[in-house]
Amino acid sequence: LTRYTSVTDEDLREMLGAIGVESVEDLFADIGAGLQLDRPLALDAGLSEAEVYAELRALAERNVSTEDEISFLGGGMYDHYVPALIDSIISRSEFLTPYTPYQPEISQGGLQAMFEYQTAISELTGLPVSNASVYEGPSAVAAAGYVAKLTNHRSRFIVSQGVHPHAREALGTLAHGWGMTLEPAHLSDGATELPHLDEDVSAVIVAQPNFLGAVEPLDELVAAAHEAGALVICSCDPLPLGILRAPGEQGVDIVVGEGQTLGNRLDFGGPSFGFFAVTEKLVRRLPGRLAGETRDADGRRGFVLTLQTREQHIRRERATSNICTAQALNALAGVIYLSWLGRRGIVELAELLVQRTAYARDALHALDGVEPLHHRPVVREFAVRLDAPVDRVIARCRAQGVNPGYALEHDDPELRGGLLVAITEQRTREDIDRLAEVLGVAVGAERQGTAAGAAR
Amino acid sequence: MSRWFTQAADDEKTIYERSRPGRRAFVAPPPGVPERPLDELIPAELRRAESPALPEVSEPEIVRHYNRLSKRNFDLDTGFYPLGSCTMKYNPKLHERVAALPGHAKLHPLQSPDGAQGALELMWRLQTALGEIAGLPHVSLQPSAGSHGELAGVLLTRAYHEDHGQKRTKVLTPDTAHGTNPATVTMAGYQVVKVGTDSSGNVDLDDLRTKADEDVACLMLTNPSTLGLFETGIEEIADLMHGVGATLYYDGANLNAIMGICRPGDMGFDIVHFNLHKTFTQPHGGGGPGAGPIAVSDRIEPYLPRPQVVRREDGDGNGARASRVYFDLDFDRPKSIGRLRGFQGNYGVFVRSYAYIRSLGAAGLREASEVAVLNANYLLARLRQAGVMEYLPAAYERLCMHEFVLSGAPMKRELQIRTLDLAKRLLDHGVHPPTVYFPLVVDEALMVEPTETETRETLDHFAEVVAEVLREAREDPEIARHAPYTTPVRRLDEAAAARHPVVRQPRG
Repeated sequence: LTRYTSVTDEDLREMLGAIGVESVEDLFADIGAGLQLDRPLALDAGLSEAEVYAELRALAERNVSTEDEISFLGGGMYDHYVPALIDSIISRSEFLTPYTPYQPEISQGGLQAMFEYQTAISELTGLPVSNASVYEGPSAVAAAGYVAKLTNHRSRFIVSQGVHPHAREALGTLAHGWGMTLEPAHLSDGATELPHLDEDVSAVIVAQPNFLGAVEPLDELVAAAHEAGALVICSCDPLPLGILRAPGEQGVDIVVGEGQTLGNRLDFGGPSFGFFAVTEKLVRRLPGRLAGETRDADGRRGFVLTLQTREQHIRRERATSNICTAQALNALAGVIYLSWLGRRGIVELAELLVQRTAYARDALHALDGVEPLHHRPVVREFAVRLDAPVDRVIARCRAQGVNPGYALEHDDPELRGGLLVAITEQRTREDIDRLAEVLGVAVGAERQGTAAGAAR
Repeated sequence: MSRWFTQAADDEKTIYERSRPGRRAFVAPPPGVPERPLDELIPAELRRAESPALPEVSEPEIVRHYNRLSKRNFDLDTGFYPLGSCTMKYNPKLHERVAALPGHAKLHPLQSPDGAQGALELMWRLQTALGEIAGLPHVSLQPSAGSHGELAGVLLTRAYHEDHGQKRTKVLTPDTAHGTNPATVTMAGYQVVKVGTDSSGNVDLDDLRTKADEDVACLMLTNPSTLGLFETGIEEIADLMHGVGATLYYDGANLNAIMGICRPGDMGFDIVHFNLHKTFTQPHGGGGPGAGPIAVSDRIEPYLPRPQVVRREDGDGNGARASRVYFDLDFDRPKSIGRLRGFQGNYGVFVRSYAYIRSLGAAGLREASEVAVLNANYLLARLRQAGVMEYLPAAYERLCMHEFVLSGAPMKRELQIRTLDLAKRLLDHGVHPPTVYFPLVVDEALMVEPTETETRETLDHFAEVVAEVLREAREDPEIARHAPYTTPVRRLDEAAAARHPVVRQPRG
């Protein structure tokens, strides 16, 4: 007996008797003898709960988490504080252990939370309809591309180099299957250059703020795209939307993004959630679950999954997406977080990030061998260029207990020496001062080393 | 007052309806840096004029609100949840504890591999274990859910054929397939061709033979099928598909029936996806998160998504120094289909599923499948009692695997209640109904998957409840037709919701 099963010898005897077979092996008679595995699986024997805990703890200790160093890593996921009430609420069995609310009468809690979540995302994005979540940020960009394909059947996407490189790649992976191609729109001083547009362009895809942290001016780009009959897809970082213009109000057709910063842990990259919001016109092409309000037999308000004729379980090969299981629990954390921040709090937090990020940006720009990578306005992340081998500089900083950020050249060789630095409310002025000190020393040491090497 | 739920007197307010201007939960820390005018940092034309209308509520109020909402949900920790094809097995509490350890939960996804050795080793070990369970050696953990794994699988098939200079246009799916299969095929740019089911519930081999040609890229199959039956002709099917150069894709939704008993790779499948939220007990979360890793054969391996988690050894080459083992992310995969998503996948899910595999080990996983099949067959036998079997016969008179499908057609005919009515009446008995109206090939279908973690008493109770609902319907079918009665809301008007969609709270 494993810890999680409960069949006693007596149960087994009686259950086999009720079925009318002699043994458990008889139950597998449909599986030909030649197909049955004639040995145990080559896996280690099971462990007690305490042993499993010890093993998983030992693995955890071999990771360097944001508790173990002063981390300025961002690039799509950020070390924001997750309030304790989120852990408390989402660990409740009633939210943790049910599945998709196929039976709405006993799923009102989850459905109403989806409705509340959709409202919050609608407020942030400035678009009228948000679904109940998709997997995560980069695949949400790919899913948005599919909506554009279904909408105008054109052959090409124009993708800003400011879109997260993982999102650009994920879109490319899927678009190949649809026979569509991607064309980059380049950045000029951190902002997307107005691309050449023609009637083959299905959608123009940008990010706000973009991968280099820059706030994009979207108006001209949106107007040009719409003029050419293309959709505009914007991948957004949700917290900066507390103070930035809502993309929906700027005419963007589809707003997606990574929801991790809304009350979700880093978890080495997942699970988090992706958000997905569209204009009224695109509602019937929306992927994924959507909660809607209705009435019960007694006239009471209730919530159900609605417009399901878009979905795979009803529409099958004509569905607008194949998505089934999404990220309901993570989206729940998202709406709790947004309720916790509240209408004033999200502005205060975003302004705090702007101030500390500006301070950090100034402090780093003042260092020898550190130049701005762009001059655009930023909210909580900025990029600099180091006049030194960036991976070696990072290694030197980490040896001092500071992780200074992400080396941009790994994704884009043109960004050689680029360092992406993220600030959250958990990084204090003292942390930022320490970063400047350690980075300055590291860059200096590497430049000296390079100079010495050249002199030899 | 219901036996099962905390029932609100009237409808439950939304968090927005609880909002009052000026209330708050969050207090920002002071910036602590010299502040500059905001206009200088972000020009006004880039900023919003009006803040987003998020709720204004205190922390106690948020906690009370969501705790109240939680009591309007039925959940697996409270009662039986035999939702077919979803494998609603117990989610061990240990998994939540280990996943929350800061070394796992607070690990940044862009941490360099030398600072993530524990995570990468865990992922590598999980890949190895999943590969062994599937009988296919190469695993990518990246896909976020089953449907995402399916998409990866069909794109891998495309990459494989293109690399061999072939352009194929069709993918076969049985008419019993999950809706995600045909939806995936379209999303991957192929045309769906449906294959029929024969009278004993297997893939119709004659139909398959006429449709299997060199234009077919892949056959997507669930085995055991969505009817809960093992595909007895699987070896012939595999030969047929490989004979025309197609790949064979295994939808892992039903893997819980066969762990340690037989393996998709040994059956001839080229590509498998796992649903970690089903077979490997990641809590379902009300509709996610899950994870949908894939395992593939040697010929598909070059095309796997990147990055791949790899184990490397470096030594000085002549044995003078002990070699060092380390784990890394391999991006250098020129034939890869590319990324499907950001970062490395749903790592928090991997931690839980790895803990599960370590807890059970080889013998425990096999036992889980054996008991899953035992429980399903026992429950099916219990439902073959007089008063039930006349109205809800099994769709196919065979031994089932981990789940089975009943048809409510006689019930509808004899008692004038539909499968939907039966499902709604079960709610009043504190039982989550089985999956209804799927698979589509069974009239008034009811798909029951008890899982291995339920006791015999629970199965007995379910059989008695079903018998009771049918007994009641013989006397007065109106009761079931208007059920449920004891839930937080009564039957909901889904048609009205779709006719006039209200999908967000109107602005106050």
